[in-house]
Amino acid sequence: MSFELFVFYVFAAILVFAASRVITVRNPIFAAMFLVLAFFTCAGIWLLLEAEFLAITLVLVYVGAVMVLFLFVVMMLDVNIEPKREGYVTYLPVGLLVGAIMLLEMVFLITQRYFKSENFPAPERAGAEVSNTQELGRLLYSEYLFQFEIAAVILLVAIVAAIALTLRSRPETKYQKPSEQIAATKEQRLRVVQMPSEKR
Amino acid sequence: MISLSHYLTLGALLFCLSVVGIFLNRKNVIILLMSIELMLLAVNLNFVAFSHFLSDGAGQIFVFFILTVAAAEAAIGLAILVVLFRNRQTINVADLDELKG
Repeated sequence: MSFELFVFYVFAAILVFAASRVITVRNPIFAAMFLVLAFFTCAGIWLLLEAEFLAITLVLVYVGAVMVLFLFVVMMLDVNIEPKREGYVTYLPVGLLVGAIMLLEMVFLITQRYFKSENFPAPERAGAEVSNTQELGRLLYSEYLFQFEIAAVILLVAIVAAIALTLRSRPETKYQKPSEQIAATKEQRLRVVQMPSEKR
Repeated sequence: MISLSHYLTLGALLFCLSVVGIFLNRKNVIILLMSIELMLLAVNLNFVAFSHFLSDGAGQIFVFFILTVAAAEAAIGLAILVVLFRNRQTINVADLDELKG
């Protein structure tokens, strides 16, 4: 067993363990933490696959942003854990059954029969001078430029939607209204008063 | 030597675990969202593996876009969850029965 294969098996074991803990732990905060572990381990596996840019992106975007968002929401919502467990035992057998059947079906197709090393030989390891980031950037800004711009629009829509959903106007808070400030005319601010000067 | 089927099997295992997670945690919306994230991770693993073994960068580009959409989905889903909690003081799925569907 080569060292590479050993590393793969260790990472895969950690990944499967973390994923199974995500779906079984009682406390959502622990679930989020195990999800962080799963993402981190998966980034390691992507490094084995020479997808360096995506591995770093996974850590930055998922561990750094999405999971922190999850933790914020879990802590903000003050979730009481106990009533969530009802139906856990009821759905365990059917869930396991469906999962096992799906896994069996997929493994029938996936295993060595079609995707063995002879049919899909592993490519040569790229040298240190080959940059995955450069290659990805070249594709992204030439062939996939239009899709890239659509992705930017999707992110913009997500920002607007998230803010619009959670925004609430509280009547007791005082804040500026820039539109009124800009629309103000001279007459609203300054009144020239003519009055006769007083006699001594 | 790691073959393509190693990665695909790992992806399939991860995907089935998240399906089981959706079955088990039907009462907890937050863990449901986490299971969906895990599912997307399994799909991304398959894309990256195929991209490596076929020496084609398109798979990695696709993963890039899936990451974008997943981040947007998580942000909007959690925003909906916050609004729901603000209005109903609960995110328990059993209490959300106003529509009587």
